[in-house]
Amino acid sequence: MDLTLRVWRQSGPGDKGRFEEYPAKGIDEHMSFLEMLDIVNERLTLEGIEPIAFDHDCREGICGTCGVMVDGRPHGPWEGTATCQLHMRAYSDGDTITIEPWRAKGFPAIKDLVVDRRAFDRIIESGGFISVAAGSAPDANNTPIPQEAAEFAMDAAACIGCGACVAACPNGAAQLFVAAKYSHLSLLPQGQPERWTRAESMVDTMELYFGSCSNHGECEAACPKNISLDFIALLNRDYLRSKWRNRRLAGQKG
Amino acid sequence: MTTTRPTVKRRRLWFLEFYRSAVGKKWVMAVTGIILIGYLLAHMVGNLKMYLGPESINAYGESLRDLGGHLVPRTHLLWIMRIGLVAATALHLHAAITLTFLNWRSRPARYDERHYAAANYASRTMIYGGVIVAAFVVFHLMDLTWGSGGAEFARGLPYENIVHSFERLPVALFYIVANLLLGVHLYHGAWSMFQSIGLNHPRFNQWRRWFAYGIAAVITIGNVSFPIAVQAGIVHLG
Repeated sequence: MDLTLRVWRQSGPGDKGRFEEYPAKGIDEHMSFLEMLDIVNERLTLEGIEPIAFDHDCREGICGTCGVMVDGRPHGPWEGTATCQLHMRAYSDGDTITIEPWRAKGFPAIKDLVVDRRAFDRIIESGGFISVAAGSAPDANNTPIPQEAAEFAMDAAACIGCGACVAACPNGAAQLFVAAKYSHLSLLPQGQPERWTRAESMVDTMELYFGSCSNHGECEAACPKNISLDFIALLNRDYLRSKWRNRRLAGQKG
Repeated sequence: MTTTRPTVKRRRLWFLEFYRSAVGKKWVMAVTGIILIGYLLAHMVGNLKMYLGPESINAYGESLRDLGGHLVPRTHLLWIMRIGLVAATALHLHAAITLTFLNWRSRPARYDERHYAAANYASRTMIYGGVIVAAFVVFHLMDLTWGSGGAEFARGLPYENIVHSFERLPVALFYIVANLLLGVHLYHGAWSMFQSIGLNHPRFNQWRRWFAYGIAAVITIGNVSFPIAVQAGIVHLG
């Protein structure tokens, strides 16, 4: 099939950026969206045009590296998939596809479709971990975990950190990402010792970069892993409790 | 780039620190929202007494001043409630405005093309509807509390004041439009507040939707009926 791409081109963070149109002729319906971009880039290179910069890594929907706005939808028209899992059979001959980068203050532009998502790393560094005694591997099932808790935590742990929630949010908020990363640790016994410092520091760090949640639900709809808004409610609840509990811990040391 | 770790030191009052955060402000918006919804519901139900005639609603208005009976001096309990209501409104507005500016700053660039999948008219117009409703409330207080809204006004005679005010067609239309906007605002607010304070469970989420529809519909239908009833001559003088 023959398509037309309307792609956001931006040479660097300081550049204003603009849309450019490129033909994508002879695209096979079995190609993935990123393979289609590869082919277009090959041709651009042969024509002496700078290829379109885009982020990608595993190309099987688990690394969270790829992610662009396709026709006004994060990761494109398919529900519960990352951009790399979108295939060209979603399109038909003659379509024009608009491709834009994630747009949010917390994700500054780097080049073309590539944005700087290090703010996510800062949030993880502030509390998205557990401290364990490293040594020999513990015995299996040493820590009993109810099946339901394990499943619920796993639903949150499915987050691949792609940033589609921020891209989708009219407020540029990262609540779904932070809620998922907070919950998958805080729902399990291993995550309890640091639960309240985690809630406080992850939210406080998040708010240095991102907007606030006004419960539009766009993030949930955009999430390639279908992570539920219910985790945001858990985060909101625990944030209040953390302010209260950490205050008591702080009081002990004066 | 920086991260914040909770440091172990004496802190300011924990709830002031909490309010400083966006999540804390959303908590405050939800809690004050619950107070305001409770007030709106009571206000609407109380005003239904106008359908029972002037004596009924005028006596109701008077009895509000007697709230608390002989336990407190007359009008004191009413004033405590009014102060609470003003405080809730002020906090709701302050949080809403600061969060809106934060959110505008957080999404400086627009997408050339954007198809929303879940955000609706109600959720996307909260600040605009809220500001219009706030302006309406100022007019409403001038009109029917302070008597400076331009219509014939007598203190202590709400029935007569309502009829005099709503007989003016532009005023009646303004009341209807403002209350429809309020209904849209309540629809998102009544759903959203549970999320903000973390009262959320897969088993109850559908029920929350129905609750939001119900709150918005009951308050809006009741309120909109008053100017219509006056315009239609159902509520009239003499």
